[in-house]
Order: sequence, then structure tokens, then C-alpha cells
Amino acid sequence: MAVAIADARAGKRGERVYSGRVPQLLERGFIAFKSSTYMIVISGFIEPVLYLLSFGYGIGKLLPTIAVGGESIKYAAFIAPALLATSAMNGAIYDSTMNVFFKLNHDRIYHGMLATSMGPLDVALGEIGWALIRGFSYACAFMAVIAPLGLVESIWGLLAIPAAVLIAFGFAACGMAVTSYMKSFQQLEIVTVVLLPMFLFSGSFYPISVFPEWLQFTVNLLPLTHAINLVRGLCLGNLELALIGHALYFVVMIVIGLFFTTKRLNALFMK
Amino acid sequence: MSNPLISARGLTKKFGDFTAVNGIDFDVYKGESFGFLGPNGAGKSTAMRIIGATSQRTSGTISILGKDPELHGPQIRAHLGVVPQQDNLDMQLSVAENLYIYGRYFGLPRSFVKGKVDELLAFAQLEEKRDAKVETLSGGMKRRLTIARALVSEPEILMLDEPTTGLDPQARHILWDRLFRLKEQGVTLLITTHFMDEAEQLCDRLMVMDKGSIMAEGSPAALIKDYSTKEVLEVRFGSDRNQEMADKLRTMCDRIEELPDRVLMYTEDGEALLEKIYAANLHPKTSLVRRSSLEDVFLRLTGRTLIE
Repeated sequence: MAVAIADARAGKRGERVYSGRVPQLLERGFIAFKSSTYMIVISGFIEPVLYLLSFGYGIGKLLPTIAVGGESIKYAAFIAPALLATSAMNGAIYDSTMNVFFKLNHDRIYHGMLATSMGPLDVALGEIGWALIRGFSYACAFMAVIAPLGLVESIWGLLAIPAAVLIAFGFAACGMAVTSYMKSFQQLEIVTVVLLPMFLFSGSFYPISVFPEWLQFTVNLLPLTHAINLVRGLCLGNLELALIGHALYFVVMIVIGLFFTTKRLNALFMK
Repeated sequence: MSNPLISARGLTKKFGDFTAVNGIDFDVYKGESFGFLGPNGAGKSTAMRIIGATSQRTSGTISILGKDPELHGPQIRAHLGVVPQQDNLDMQLSVAENLYIYGRYFGLPRSFVKGKVDELLAFAQLEEKRDAKVETLSGGMKRRLTIARALVSEPEILMLDEPTTGLDPQARHILWDRLFRLKEQGVTLLITTHFMDEAEQLCDRLMVMDKGSIMAEGSPAALIKDYSTKEVLEVRFGSDRNQEMADKLRTMCDRIEELPDRVLMYTEDGEALLEKIYAANLHPKTSLVRRSSLEDVFLRLTGRTLIE
């Protein structure tokens, strides 16, 4: 039966690297998830809520409103979208770096997977797909917290959920690509070293217009800045053309990330 | 004979300057149990990975069921069950879940795989461990699970890379028994090993490999017949005297091999030879007459022992 299933795909586009098995990989994700440590799962949700409570409440006392694009909004409403974007990034990065590195080098799970009639692109898409499902769940949960608090100003804010998934996709694709080149756990620390300053400087807690111009320029190149601007724009209902630009930034990240991931997995497993 | 399932000509694999597999030719036929015997680093695993469509050859041709693995990887892998040298079970899943999800990776329907899981748990004698996490299993159990996992897609060809390395004797015998059953069911087995007893037990036909090349090919019995004598007499005179004695012994039999700890004498009749040695007033500390084995074949072909 396995042969007939594989033969049915003969001649299809990308048959050497892809066999249409993403659902099966997601199924593995669910089975593994059922018996996983719930703390790791819950922490992904708790973290942005804690930031929101401490900064939104604390700084919100000192700075009740903040001016964005000529109008003033509640400080908590300013940071909530940024926290949503950041948690999408963090979740995607965790899944696509730490988790992937472990499966690749320690448990060698991918070696087992690729001895079947799957291809490396199945594995890449399946892993990233799983990261997206988690990202989607976190985004929904966080939305369920901030919307009742009146921190989402516009109905367009609903689109922040698919936007969070797009952001997670971009980070997961690039995260997995980078991880596939890493040789040791220590090298993965680089990821943390990059992410933390990005989180602090990408306009999460205050508008980047406070920075000198050269720093603004640099910050504007970073993916998280685009993620925050996209989610914030939607939550505040500031629909402008720039939002499409921010979304496109992530489309490009997805394409580049998937290209290198597949290429690298092919090289790793077809040595 | 019918067309071979696997056919390789001039198969070569280089990693930079290092040639792991050096222009080998072989054919594997349906239902046979074919072995690659050789020491570590002989190129056995590399050859297996090329057959398994998870490694690209540098040159030469190979066809598996008439297809080139480089062009039709997923389709070829659908025919294969792979047992790698290093277990790569899914540590986050239970024993039964490992079997289930592996079947799903082949795209097999849930209902089919569920039935298969029960059957394979029985085959691997792991029914009681059904819901156990993989990390709690012993080495032999993990190995059996890996073999069961490779069978979930009902492969025509089962490839086993060093199937019993690292297992205790009892676990090895259980595993050999399972592999025998598969052979009886008509599954083509491809085995690499550096254990000559394993090769003798399991393989209908063998390729003796060393440093990426084929040294000899044939059934275990034929190889022994062609490259060794019927019997071997092993004598020990103590490590400092073995060499000195070897010179005296050389004329008494067909061929001798000096090993650091003993001298091997090749002959058709071991007992008679031993009497001759005593008659010549040479007194070995210990002596042993045994039948020739593949180890002797390998020694003859390469001048080295299999396990160094």
C-alpha cells in the first residue's frame, strides 16, 4: 500500500523533496503534545500577560496616554499589540530552534522521518505548521485577554490573529533555516542574544520616534519592528498602505527561510 | 535468475578526498538475505545509505526496483524498511505511538496502521510495553521496536545496519529469530555486520568489504571453502614465543596466520596436525581445533581481523 501511495505522487512538482505529508507531521505534533510538559506550553501564554500587567499597569499609572499618529491612546493599548507580535515571534522561534535542534541532532527524529517516503520539505513544512498552530492558539488566548479589557480599539484588530500567524511563519521559517546550520547547543545562544535587544528596541514600549535617526533607520530594518507595526496598526484601526509592506516583509522571510531550510535538510540527509 | 531487485555498477562515494565506497558492483535478488561483511569503516553503511536513497553517489549507477534513487527518493523509500545503526526512535512518544506515527509517515490510512501496530507489537514481543515511553526500554527492546517500526509499511526490502551491535547474547538471539521469520515470509534482507557469526547465521550471500572495495562474494559456505581450509588449529605458546614457533610450524600445514596472542594453522584435519606438532616435540600451552569461519576468510583476504 505504501508503494501505491508513493507512486500516485510520481511526476508531481517537487516529488523529490515533498510528498504531501504535512497533516501526518501535525498529527505527530498533537500526539507528542498530549504528553508534553504543560509548563512550557502555558509559559508561552503567561509571558505576554505578565508584561502587560506589569508595564501596562505600572507605567500606565505614570503615563496614562501616549500619542500615536496624532491621537492619544491608553498606554496599555499601545503595548498590547506589541506583546502579541512578540509572543508570536518567541513561540515560533522556540519551536523552530530549540525543538528542531534537539530533534535534528540529539534524538535524530528527522533521520527516521526521512527514511520513509516523505521528503525534507514535508518535514520543514510540518514543523513550521506545528509552530503556527501554537502561535495561532497563543494569539487567540492573548486576544481573549486584551479585548475584554478594552485594549483593542478597532474591529480590524481581529485581523491581528492571522497577522500573528504570518509573523510566526516568517520567524519559524528563518529560525529553522538558521538552526539547520548550527552545530552545537551553544551556538543557539546567539538566537537569544539577537532576540532580546530586538524586543527591547523595536518599539514595544515606546514609539521609535524617540531614537536618533540612524537608530530609527536600523530598527526599521528589523523584522519585529514590522511585526509590531502590523499588529498595532490593525488593533488601532490605522489602516494604511504601509501595513501591506509590513506583511510583505514576512512573506519574503517565509520564502527565504523555506528555501534555505529545504536546501539544508536535503544536504544534511542526502550526504 | 529473474531480474535483480537492486543492481549496482561501479558504485562510488567520495567525501572530499576520502573514498568511502570504491567502484563496487553487486546484485540483490528477491527473497534473498544479502550481507555486507567488513570492519568498521569498510563502506558498508555508506553503501546502505545510497541504497536507502538518503545519500547521493559520486559516480557509478544503481537501480532499485528499476529506479534511480537520486531521482525517485520517496518512491523507492516506500519499498524499504530501514533499521539504522543508531536507533532514532521518537523519544516523546510511547512504543505503540512510535509504530503508529511511522506508518502514517508513509501516508498509510489510520485504520490500516492501527491494525498493523497490534500485529507488530506481538512480533516484537513488546505487547506489555505498549504504552511505555521509549526511553524506559532496554537496548534489545529498542532494537526490536526499531525493526518493528521498519516493517509497518510492509516493505519488500528490509535494510538492517549493524542490527545487533551493542546487544547482549540473549537479545541477539531473540533478534536473529525475528529476522529468520521475516526471511521465511519472503522479505528480502540487506544486512551489514562486522560479526562473522551474524553473517553466517543470517546471510544467504555475502560481500566481504574492506576499505570501500569488495574483497570477495559468495555464500558463507562457498567463501569458507574458497578462501580457507576445512579446519583451523589454534595454538598458543605464550605471547613472547608465538613468533619463534610460527617459523617452525609453517612447514607443517597449508598456511599459518600469526596473531599477537596465538597462531592459526589452516589444515584439512586439525587433530592429525596437532599430533604432528606433539610428535615434533613442540608443546603449545593451549590448543583448539575448530571449523573455519568467515573470520578466517577475512583474515586471508585482508591480513587483518574483523574486530580490531
